[in-house]
Amino acid sequence: MIRTISHRLLGMLVVMLLVVTIVFVIVRITPGDPAAVMLGPDATSADIAALRTQLGLDRPLLVQYFQYLADVVRGDFGQSIFLGQPVLRALADRAEPTFFLTLFSLGIAVAIALPIGIYSAYRRGSAFDQSATTVAMLAASIPSFWLGLLMIQFFAVKLGWFPTSGYGGPGASFATRLGHLVLPAFALGIVSSALIIRFTRASMLDVLNDDYVRTARSKGMGEARVILRHALKNAMIPILTIIGLTAALLISGAVVTETVFSLPGVGNLVVNAVLRRDYPVIQGALLVVAGLYVLINFLIDMLYILVDPRVRY
Amino acid sequence: MAATMTAAMPASGRSQFLRSLLRRKPVVIGLAVLLLILLLALFGPMLSPYAASKLSLASRLKPPSPEHWLGTDDFGRDVLTRLAVAGRLSLLVGFSVVVVSCVIGVTLGLLAGFFRRLDTPVARLIDAMMAFPDILLAIALVAALGPSVVNVIAALGIVYAPRLARIVRASTLVIRELPYVEAARALGVSTPRIMVRHVLRNLLSPILVQSTFIFASAMLAEAGLSFLGVGVSPSVPTWGTMIAQGRQYLDQASWIMFFPGLAIVCAVLSLQLVGDGLRDLLDPRLSKDI
Repeated sequence: MIRTISHRLLGMLVVMLLVVTIVFVIVRITPGDPAAVMLGPDATSADIAALRTQLGLDRPLLVQYFQYLADVVRGDFGQSIFLGQPVLRALADRAEPTFFLTLFSLGIAVAIALPIGIYSAYRRGSAFDQSATTVAMLAASIPSFWLGLLMIQFFAVKLGWFPTSGYGGPGASFATRLGHLVLPAFALGIVSSALIIRFTRASMLDVLNDDYVRTARSKGMGEARVILRHALKNAMIPILTIIGLTAALLISGAVVTETVFSLPGVGNLVVNAVLRRDYPVIQGALLVVAGLYVLINFLIDMLYILVDPRVRY
Repeated sequence: MAATMTAAMPASGRSQFLRSLLRRKPVVIGLAVLLLILLLALFGPMLSPYAASKLSLASRLKPPSPEHWLGTDDFGRDVLTRLAVAGRLSLLVGFSVVVVSCVIGVTLGLLAGFFRRLDTPVARLIDAMMAFPDILLAIALVAALGPSVVNVIAALGIVYAPRLARIVRASTLVIRELPYVEAARALGVSTPRIMVRHVLRNLLSPILVQSTFIFASAMLAEAGLSFLGVGVSPSVPTWGTMIAQGRQYLDQASWIMFFPGLAIVCAVLSLQLVGDGLRDLLDPRLSKDI
């Protein structure tokens, strides 16, 4: 088991290293001088030269790469050019709305997807199953920002139930801030439920014909108990995997949704960074999100090894 | 395995394949909607009495009516005509992304699957690329390359290439060991020829299925990038830029953003229906249950 875990750990580290490398390369593919692009057309050549030195762009590429790698390992993600603060600080300052938005939309996606997926599998081929599959596909086809706009128009403008945008302004209470997340969380959660519905259904179908389910039924156990206690428990691992991966995907979904609802989160920071060509911020956000994805993947793998004694690859 | 044979099928096999594909209702609906969208994009602007970019302040923000079926926007331009023109670009971007990601993904996948030495590095690279959420990586790439239609296509092509590479690699690993590849090698057929004639030809169906889904994802992603203002220039009409533009008039003229969004939903849903049907038909093991 230790061997398996250390093997996986090594694999994860290699992928992390590649992630950092890709993030490093992305800025280097900029046509022309990244420093000149960042500062815009009005910058003087002295400004550009100063920024080149600050970013280390005047050194050989390999030196830059190893310097970047060393910085990242030490937790130094660079300095935002526009905000004048460390990238990690800037990301941390805006993490709250993104964190809660991701959490709520995941909760909503799971609350929608689990019952639908389980019932679809239980009534395989029924009208419910067919419409659920179609609805899941439809949900996956809706651009989340468009759904967000429609929801703003209906629930915020027409009915006035929710605020149209923002995060309650400075000094708003926690409850007010969370109230601003209801619509965005539903917009994102609905769109993200599709994948979980499909996986829940598939993984329930896998176990519903297994012997222990038949045994449980033949003992005269109630259907609800058979489905929820025996089948679902065994179908849960792949479902948990997809929930974990959805969580990582939601962070990027938040980028777009935050813009629709003008939430001051990480997504907003990234979009503004792109518009201002603030590369260190873009790089930092990429690293954090991809790093989280790799980490979640790794933790799910570990969970597999712990939960399922058959997995000893 | 019936699936993987389609590429090399004789003509009668192909028509059989088409027949069973067209027996599936969702596929027929998907294809019909796609055809409708394509016809609208190709011929709509020619048939429309309005020019897509003609400004008319007198008819600003008019709701849908017999003159303007889908209303007009803030410059008095006909929304339906613009929808058709924007459709050309949205479809073109989707299709080009498929081509770019196929070229990169298939090459990487074939090389990794065929040459053992390349396998581990390429597989790890694929893993690392797939760790980035598609929109975020595309945003970063476009930010680096500069916003333009070509760069959006290049960025999304790079973003989706690993999906194809992964599938092609996995299948190549299997096909490489099959007796007919061994036989071809024994007959002295050159490696590039084996890769293209014997391996790639048998991979066409999974590539086709995945391409349909990439097409759908690319259309959604392009719209997202355009909406955020980090994709194509806002003056270029795509369904995404139309939504972004209509956003300012959400409470007065919601039709400006409503119809482009609906067009995206229809196109993406149809592509998914067709892709699902193809997958069910071509690879029974990977049917809808997964």
